[in-house]
Amino acid sequence: MSAGAPPAIDVRGLNKSFGAKHVVTDLSLKVQPGEIFGFLGPNGSGKTTSIRMLCGLLTPDRGSGTCLGYDILRESAAIKRNVGYMTQRFSFWEDLSIRENLDFVARVYLMPQRDAAVRRALEGLRLADRAEQLAGELSGGWKQRLALAACMLHQPRLLLLDEPTAGVDPTARRDFWEELHRLCALGISVLVSTHYMDEAERCHKLAFIAHGRLLVQGSAAEVVHSQRLATWSIQGERLAELADRLQGEPGVDQTVVFGSSLHVTGHDAAALGQAVTGAARAAGLHAAPIDTGIEDVFIYLMNKSGTAEQPVAS
Amino acid sequence: MSGRDWFSVRRWWSVVRKEFLQLRRDRITFAMIVGIPIMQLALFGFAINSDPRHLLTGVLIEDHSEFTRSFVAGMKASGYFDIVAELPDEEAARAALARGALQFVLTVPPDFSRRLLRGERPALLLEADATDPAATGNAIAAALHLPQSVAAKDFTGPLARLAGGQPPFEVRLHSLYNPEGITQYFIVPGIMGVILSMTLVLMTGLAITRERERGTMENLLAMPVSPLEVMSGKMVPYIFIGLIQVSIILLAAALMFHVPFEGSLLTFYCAALFFIAGNLTVGISLSSLAQNQLQAMQLTMFYFLPNILLSGFMFPFQGMPRWARWIGEVLPLTHFNRLVRGIMLKGNGWPDLWSDVWPIGLFIVLVMFVALRFYRRTLD
Repeated sequence: MSAGAPPAIDVRGLNKSFGAKHVVTDLSLKVQPGEIFGFLGPNGSGKTTSIRMLCGLLTPDRGSGTCLGYDILRESAAIKRNVGYMTQRFSFWEDLSIRENLDFVARVYLMPQRDAAVRRALEGLRLADRAEQLAGELSGGWKQRLALAACMLHQPRLLLLDEPTAGVDPTARRDFWEELHRLCALGISVLVSTHYMDEAERCHKLAFIAHGRLLVQGSAAEVVHSQRLATWSIQGERLAELADRLQGEPGVDQTVVFGSSLHVTGHDAAALGQAVTGAARAAGLHAAPIDTGIEDVFIYLMNKSGTAEQPVAS
Repeated sequence: MSGRDWFSVRRWWSVVRKEFLQLRRDRITFAMIVGIPIMQLALFGFAINSDPRHLLTGVLIEDHSEFTRSFVAGMKASGYFDIVAELPDEEAARAALARGALQFVLTVPPDFSRRLLRGERPALLLEADATDPAATGNAIAAALHLPQSVAAKDFTGPLARLAGGQPPFEVRLHSLYNPEGITQYFIVPGIMGVILSMTLVLMTGLAITRERERGTMENLLAMPVSPLEVMSGKMVPYIFIGLIQVSIILLAAALMFHVPFEGSLLTFYCAALFFIAGNLTVGISLSSLAQNQLQAMQLTMFYFLPNILLSGFMFPFQGMPRWARWIGEVLPLTHFNRLVRGIMLKGNGWPDLWSDVWPIGLFIVLVMFVALRFYRRTLD
């Protein structure tokens, strides 16, 4: 993609309320062509609403912007033709077969060489021999793959994927991300919302949203840097007890147990170091400062934003 | 929005195909298509009775005399007849009956009073549109009884000799279209409209709400299909269903109830097509108004009740108060009932039918406009 190409998504100040509930507040996003943009945040934080506003399914109360250079308020027909949107909940027709679903999509987008496109998609899915099976009979993972194949069928220039890998097994998730990187190498832009931290690390850019507000955005390194957090890791056993003891110590903002290591994170690096080394020595364990990871940052942001929900650590 | 965004035949056809494929797998709907007509015919195949008054009557008077005036006054006094037209000739009388503009035409022959005074017992001719025997039966009975009461009241003084014994004149009844007064001839064609209304409005009423409830609407809205393509595309399969039902009922009418078929089959199917389209637009509108399938069903019932009660299917149209008739005139079923009876029993052609065709057409256009207006293009 040339440097002069317009951003795939460029929106400013989007707002949306449902009744008295303000779901999205002043959302501004810029996604460059060929970029995989990760959209993170707890459930109910406004991710789905934001994505729906981008593809014309919801009208923002305030704000403006473009998607692939088309105005999101006035040119939603053009946006729909060039965007592939994968809904969070499986939204293809369960009483149509896999082939019929794909064929319908190909027809609606007025694709030339429809049959060839459907055949390619079926082969890509490795579903060619099950093409006549009803979509409703597929397992969750296969439904996700069908949905992804269907929303990419018309070769969109921008993919909006709303938690595309929820409930999908690790192998399928890895395949899926490889496919995404292959697509973005072709210049396709992707906005993907997710709960998975390993997926966050695979994105070029990230944004974290909570309570309808965008808290940070940038590359993984920028996001980590922006929060100015220090983290220590303690190796050993009975880490949960140690974590309890550390909670509330000066300098300690957050403790998270990852299997055999405990991550302790805080703003005040000096106070944190003192608290952690002291506690570790008392427990006879070894503690060492480490680089703060994206995961530590997101747990921190989520706690700070006041939601109890934890992300799925992979 | 450019024209291509608004309607593309190929996109529209993709919706039609999808609906057919889904319908093919929907067993219950299929059972409804065949089951409902047969069940309803069996249930309603017997008579529904009532006693309407103020039936529209025309007079063709070729002998203006005191006797004629007092007979006409007697008809009015009976409450059954409203004299609304004076007709110039026999042809006009027949045309008005065929159109359904009049239920009765009274003809007074030229030499009536002269023959009456001579004691020749002349006859008045009362022509009745007996398509609906329940509607005209009591009125006919009243008319046949009139000569005696008129004679008893009016033939006094020198005419008293005419009043005694047998009535001095008679009313000769000529029942047109359904001379034997077989109620089923009336009821069975009426059921066709009721069945079409019920099944088609209900099935299309669920069409869009079903997409919404299954979550597939979000997908459909994210695709470049226009509201017009979705709505009209969803209607097409049901047009075929409607035509299948019409054929089933026609066969049953002929084989089970031996209802005659006087008119043209082609005309009949054209009229049915019009009526089917009317019902489908109602269904689709209700579907775009309703939030979910339950609401769509409730709205269907809300639409269905006045159709049953006010269309002239259940109760004779002329027996209803004016406001109810106004509501009835709006409903396509009212007009379709007249069309069906007109074609099947009277053998009417397009010139006679036109007055009941355009109201259905107007209805379709208005309702489709409402449907498009309320179709939600977004998830807001």
